[in-house]
Amino acid sequence: MDYFDRFAVPHPSFGIYASMVAIALTVIGIIVGITYYKKWGYLWREWLTTVDHKRIGIMYLISALLMLFRGGVDAILMRAQLAVPENTLLDAQHYNEIFTTHGIVMIIFMAMPFIMAFMNVVVPLQIGARDVAFPRLNALSFWLFFMGAMLLNISFVIGGSPDAGWSSYFPLASNEFSESVGTNYYMFALQISGLGTLMTGINFITTILKMRAPGMTLMKMPMFTWSALVTNIIIVFAFPVLTVALLMGSMDRLFATNFFTTSNGGMDMLWANLFWVWGHPEVYILVLPAFGIYSEVISTFARRNLYGYKSMVASMVIISLLSFLVWTHHFFTMGQGALTNSIFSITTMAIAVPTGIKIFNWLFTLWRGKIVFTVPMLYSLGFIPIFTIGGVTGVMLGLSAADYQYHNTMFLVAHFHLVIIPGVVFAMLAGLTYYWPKMFGFMLNERIGKWAFWFISISTCVAFFPMFLSGLDGQARRMYTYSEATGFGFWNMVSFIGAMGLAVGFALIVYNVYYSARYASREIGSDPWDARSLEWATHNPVPAYNFAIVPHVASTEAFWDSKKKGHVLFPGDYAKIHMPNNSGVPFVMSSIFFVWGFSFVFGMWIPVILTTIGIFACMAHRSWEEDHGHYLSVEEIERTEEQLRGA
Amino acid sequence: MAKIWSLLILIFTTMTMMTGCDSKLAVLDPKGPQAATQAHDILLSIYIMSFIVIVVFGFLVYMLIKYRASKQREDYEPPHIEGSAVVEAICVGIPVLIVIYLSIVSVQSNYKVEATPQGYEDKAPLIIYASSSNWKWHFSYPEEGIETVNYLYIPTDRALEFKLYSYGPITSFWIPQLGGQKYAMSDMVTTLHLAADVPGEYMGRNANFNGRGFAENTFHVQAMSEAEFAEWIKEVKETAEPLTEETFEALLAPGHVGQETFTGTHLEFSPAPEGENSGHDHGGKDSADHSQPTLHH
Repeated sequence: MDYFDRFAVPHPSFGIYASMVAIALTVIGIIVGITYYKKWGYLWREWLTTVDHKRIGIMYLISALLMLFRGGVDAILMRAQLAVPENTLLDAQHYNEIFTTHGIVMIIFMAMPFIMAFMNVVVPLQIGARDVAFPRLNALSFWLFFMGAMLLNISFVIGGSPDAGWSSYFPLASNEFSESVGTNYYMFALQISGLGTLMTGINFITTILKMRAPGMTLMKMPMFTWSALVTNIIIVFAFPVLTVALLMGSMDRLFATNFFTTSNGGMDMLWANLFWVWGHPEVYILVLPAFGIYSEVISTFARRNLYGYKSMVASMVIISLLSFLVWTHHFFTMGQGALTNSIFSITTMAIAVPTGIKIFNWLFTLWRGKIVFTVPMLYSLGFIPIFTIGGVTGVMLGLSAADYQYHNTMFLVAHFHLVIIPGVVFAMLAGLTYYWPKMFGFMLNERIGKWAFWFISISTCVAFFPMFLSGLDGQARRMYTYSEATGFGFWNMVSFIGAMGLAVGFALIVYNVYYSARYASREIGSDPWDARSLEWATHNPVPAYNFAIVPHVASTEAFWDSKKKGHVLFPGDYAKIHMPNNSGVPFVMSSIFFVWGFSFVFGMWIPVILTTIGIFACMAHRSWEEDHGHYLSVEEIERTEEQLRGA
Repeated sequence: MAKIWSLLILIFTTMTMMTGCDSKLAVLDPKGPQAATQAHDILLSIYIMSFIVIVVFGFLVYMLIKYRASKQREDYEPPHIEGSAVVEAICVGIPVLIVIYLSIVSVQSNYKVEATPQGYEDKAPLIIYASSSNWKWHFSYPEEGIETVNYLYIPTDRALEFKLYSYGPITSFWIPQLGGQKYAMSDMVTTLHLAADVPGEYMGRNANFNGRGFAENTFHVQAMSEAEFAEWIKEVKETAEPLTEETFEALLAPGHVGQETFTGTHLEFSPAPEGENSGHDHGGKDSADHSQPTLHH
């Protein structure tokens, strides 16, 4: 390909040109808007340079919601294309790019920042800390993730999107079979955001192990914090594998190495192994924090303590270990033989046991409770039946001989959507509604929220149950079209209707945000749900230092004890508080990373060298920088506290 | 609330019944012993899993009806309950028993589908090399000395042993009614054991995404009696053109072609990646021919 040809979209269409224009107009609109309202200074001081975990959490949340809509549009295009046989809405190449980016965006750039948002906002508050262990590293994590996400998203209009599936199996993803720069974007976007995730892992393990409030032993941590701890341990073990795999893939594509090629000793099944050694634990990285949120929500709205706390913790630890021992079940059909398949079949099905324990513990938390059907509780209760169906079909897939028939079919697609949507998306929507007042100072409207819940949960069933049947009838996944003779048409039309229902549900959530921002009361106090754990013991809005006095904890539900049993949460007097300073370095360094990644994608070596120097310069600057943070004086704290108490 | 959950149960039961009764679903309408083993496992696991789903739904509906706030006194304070060892033991014990049972089923089936199909051990299996290229399937019958493209004729009296490999990305060879799929890869040969019980026409396809032509990457399967199969071989040998290296190279170019038939196989000039021709042969004891130097020495 000629040098400049690589920057052009290889298969342009009206839709892509329209998106180019839309993206350009949005960017211009944002810049003009910020300039007109003179908000550049505010944006820089309060957001781009912030190291406050609550603000970083909110930025993760906004990114996740934006990516949710990008991935959702991809999904609707896919379902529309397949709604009728021999449809011509999309051609094969477009369909391939769309299902690829749908997977990447939803897993890496929607679900991941969503859980990061809640970990950032909630974990330090739940353990009674003033921030995470390394606030500036936390900002760097966010901006690396954000720049990775942006890098992937511009592939759509500059050079073409990746088209080898979200799992990007080599040799299909090699230069030989995937000529456009799409897969280069995949390699560098995931690499950059993956570095951010790895740093988050280290940061949160340290935070949780070293910064808990006095009295909070490990077995007195709230369940969401436990899930965050286990998740971050999985991150630290799993993400380096992805880093190495992506590096090898990038070398194959840019420097003509032969790790995964079809010739010169390349091993075409090696990528699949490395990818899933990371990829399966990744599933639990997503679902464990979701389980944590369900534990908080179900216990709050059953008005009871969580049943079987110890077995909840134990089951998460067991899941985290098993998650590294099942990756081969993603390719039982690779020909490893009966013995290997038998071993991985058993480890796979074994995961059902700790997961089952969790389901039953949630059910027993309802027992003798006083159940209130708020929107977060509805998502948590809707999760149980739908996730159970998704989960048991996972056990069916774990029967390796039978998997020869399910593999690569719509049956599998139905399974993992019915696990991830109730398992992760419902939890994120529950968490969004539950923590919304903590983050923004008002509550989302319950009536609109309930409508959205029913649309989303019923549509999930309508969209994905038919895929079990079309899969068993031989519909392979990732086919851009099928003939009428196959008889898949009816099931796919039903799926499309479900997809439209999901779109309505998410549109209702957007409307709810608008409606509630406009009309909801701001007089909600600091504990609107009558909740049980420490994050609700702070003022609303939460002051920068979180707690004026470090809380003392004697049980898993310290705040509940203080409300009901007269436990003294905040003993002692105010003392000066040490706070970290804001810094623009994480944003600047991540922006350089963006250019670095973009330069690699197109093999522009001079910018690669310059940006690499820039990245090291940022690190050197940090190493020699004198920054000891600052202190908030007692008078300042008193003033803030009085103001917040008055409000 | 309860109404909605019963609706969900209804949907799931209907679906289960449909999968049970509607024998039209390809995977549950097996025409060979391997597919029958798999269909049996699938139905067995659907029944066991339906039991689990019903238990969970039952618990949930009971809790939601009995313990909702609207059913309770205003001043009711739910108790603090830590959990009970007996309850936890049951919640662990029953799933463990189910997983042990399914593990036994799984291991047995694994050895069944990875061996010559039961009932076909008396005759030597028919060996067919099935290789994929973007976006075609090449079927080489080395014993018979013929090769076809995008269609597959098979006899019903013998076991079939497919030797799978790929001239390009990973593909997956799948004939749902005869048995599950297996990958075809470029640097090694995998073996898939199948057999057809009854004559008939079946759909075969590549199930693993391999780029633009994936959707149309299918092939036609025709199972026939021993006599008809022999007749077909004879006819091909009399009428088809020989497969030359040039013709084969042209066939490998990315694109779609219709059904084609040749005498001779490409194995003679472009051998399958097995033995000393595999991508990772280190010249061990098994390779008879050491004349070909390998990179690893």
